Amino acid sequence: MRSRLVPYMQSAPAMLWLIVFFVVPLISIASISLMTGNSIAGWDLTWNFSVFPDAIDQYSPQILRSFLYGGISTFIALVAMYPVAYWIAFHGGKRKSLFLFLLLLPFLVSFIIRILTWQFILADDGLVIGTLKSIGLVGENAHILSTPTAVITGLTYDALPWMALPIYVAIEKIDRDLVEAAGDLYASGYEQFRRVILPLSAPGIYAGILLVGITNVGDFLSAQILGGPNTTMIGNIIQTQYVQNADFPVASALSLILMLGLMLCVFIYAWVFGTRTIQEYA
Amino acid sequence: MFAYGEGGSKGDFPKVRVFPAVGEEGYCGWMAQEEARGQERDPAWIRGLTQPRLSRRQFMRGAAGAFATISLAQLIAACGLPGTRDTGYAADTDWNAWWRDQSGNGQMNFANWPLYIDSEKGKHPSLDMFRKETGIKVAYRPVIQDNAAFFSQISPVLQAQEAIGYDLIVISNGWQLTQLMANRWLIPLDHSRLPNFEKYAGKIATDLTYDPDLTYCAVWQAGATAIAYDANQVDEPIDSIDALFDPKYKGKIGMLSDPDELGTAGLLALGIDPQTSTYSDWKKAAALLTKQRDDGLVRQYYDNGYIKALQDGDLIVSQAYSGDIFQSQNSGYPNLKFVIPQEGAVLWRDNSVIPLHAANPVDAIEWINFYYRPDVQALIEDWVNYMCPVPAAKPIIANELDDPDVANSPLIFPSNEEIARLKEYPLTETLETHTQWVGLFDPIIQS
Repeated sequence: MRSRLVPYMQSAPAMLWLIVFFVVPLISIASISLMTGNSIAGWDLTWNFSVFPDAIDQYSPQILRSFLYGGISTFIALVAMYPVAYWIAFHGGKRKSLFLFLLLLPFLVSFIIRILTWQFILADDGLVIGTLKSIGLVGENAHILSTPTAVITGLTYDALPWMALPIYVAIEKIDRDLVEAAGDLYASGYEQFRRVILPLSAPGIYAGILLVGITNVGDFLSAQILGGPNTTMIGNIIQTQYVQNADFPVASALSLILMLGLMLCVFIYAWVFGTRTIQEYA
Repeated sequence: MFAYGEGGSKGDFPKVRVFPAVGEEGYCGWMAQEEARGQERDPAWIRGLTQPRLSRRQFMRGAAGAFATISLAQLIAACGLPGTRDTGYAADTDWNAWWRDQSGNGQMNFANWPLYIDSEKGKHPSLDMFRKETGIKVAYRPVIQDNAAFFSQISPVLQAQEAIGYDLIVISNGWQLTQLMANRWLIPLDHSRLPNFEKYAGKIATDLTYDPDLTYCAVWQAGATAIAYDANQVDEPIDSIDALFDPKYKGKIGMLSDPDELGTAGLLALGIDPQTSTYSDWKKAAALLTKQRDDGLVRQYYDNGYIKALQDGDLIVSQAYSGDIFQSQNSGYPNLKFVIPQEGAVLWRDNSVIPLHAANPVDAIEWINFYYRPDVQALIEDWVNYMCPVPAAKPIIANELDDPDVANSPLIFPSNEEIARLKEYPLTETLETHTQWVGLFDPIIQS
């Protein structure tokens, strides 16, 4: 009897943590979203479920845009960072930790400062556009700031290390003998990569996509600082509704919709990709 | 850092530790509790030492209290969130009697916006002068970056009927100030303690549509929201608000992301006086601004970032605040011009107000009175460069401070005719009208 309880008691701190910092806030948000009222009279729980269809109806462009921007930036980060992680893991040699440190170095600076720096880099007369203009490659009115490109650039940039690190860990763990064995069995370089290395690094890719995708869909700073009209993401709307308009029910409803949307994506992703195979490889 | 108070003769009460304040070097969380225990030993003696800490501790307690109320008890058990109704002072409060009972504490906590007071090598000469003359020590905190964000920080505390830890705050006229007044979350000013205000306050500080009896507000600085343009990028000077809607500048036009500012620009462009505008006018303005956005004219809806965009050449013309452009011109961007267009512009004011439950109201009101003295005003104005509430500061800046640029600028000392050209914001007085207003203009900004 006593021994049966031990595992539960051991997990009690974690359970408590989850209840205090996850379950209670979640119930709070869910109940606030169903309230009606205003900041003066207060809000009452009226089980106003129509807040969800209304919010989706009003903010569907921003919700869809968030998933689109999040998806694109995650994909670019994956394509950009897989080779980097691969190279560090296989060819980094003794300087592996130095390379990893260099990868992380810019990220010791605050997020806001880095995004503001992109504003400077991408300015109309800044490093990129200014140079292109002066050599006549782009027109006088070309600009990147305030466009979706700028927002996705910001999102992608911030995602880079979070994509690279899990992939690096996964590739680093691959038994080099397996790659060698594939070679002995006459697998070409491409075949070795496709049939051995890529499947074995799948857990890293999976973790990277989750880490980056979830963060980027909910981001609001990139759109706020680098975006323009028609690049508003759902994070911006939630922030405005909470802070500026004190419309807590709508903000809570949007937070829940965002969360459920993300969970749906994760489930579909896990279902298509198959978590079991991932675990087997890991 | 750790001093030991001797207080009184031996045996009266034990030695009491005096701890560093929150934020000071050596502060630890337990000290607040320790202080509280100390207070029981000798309240009067401790009060003198710990007043600012006390009020900050109350701030924390208020915040924690509000949080606990909101998160657990109210939500899960009672299934509701409390509103702000009936959390202010009682309507029948006798403020004359209240002020009579108050006395100064020799200190105050002042929350203001960044770069909004004279500064010299990290010090503020006007505050030092105030301390020298009155003995009142001002803890100056430039913590307000945004009206709505600051309001969302202090409102749970005020709602819990606790002191926010600041004795004086500076808030722009707008929805947040309206709420502070409507909730009765501010202490009415005792004008008998403001002789300098009575004597020197100019039209800008005395003609307040949002507080006509000057019950709560003493204007800190004012300014106009009008338009700025980059003279390097235009062929001829701009003098009409139509420039913001001119396809010539497509993609190089900046608008402000504050719905009040954006909406009034739309109203002015339609030739409507914002102050007397109606809901149907607002809808027309919203339609105009939506078209402006959908035609690709607007590059971005900016907060203060428009200044940098103008400086970088990203914008040709933008909505702009007067003081920002004046400062830019003096810091290497003489190509930026500020104009009050022929259609008019709106005048905003930042107001010094004393929040309810403030621990040091007498010291705060003494500072307001001091602020309105022309020589003090000149000292601050010459550094801040927004619109000055004290016209008598002009000759002092011109002669004694020898800064004719500032003294002769119509953006700092506008004539009465120029002030008359400036309009007031629409009065979004009630929650309903405010909701209507943001419901129309927020979707334009956040599309």
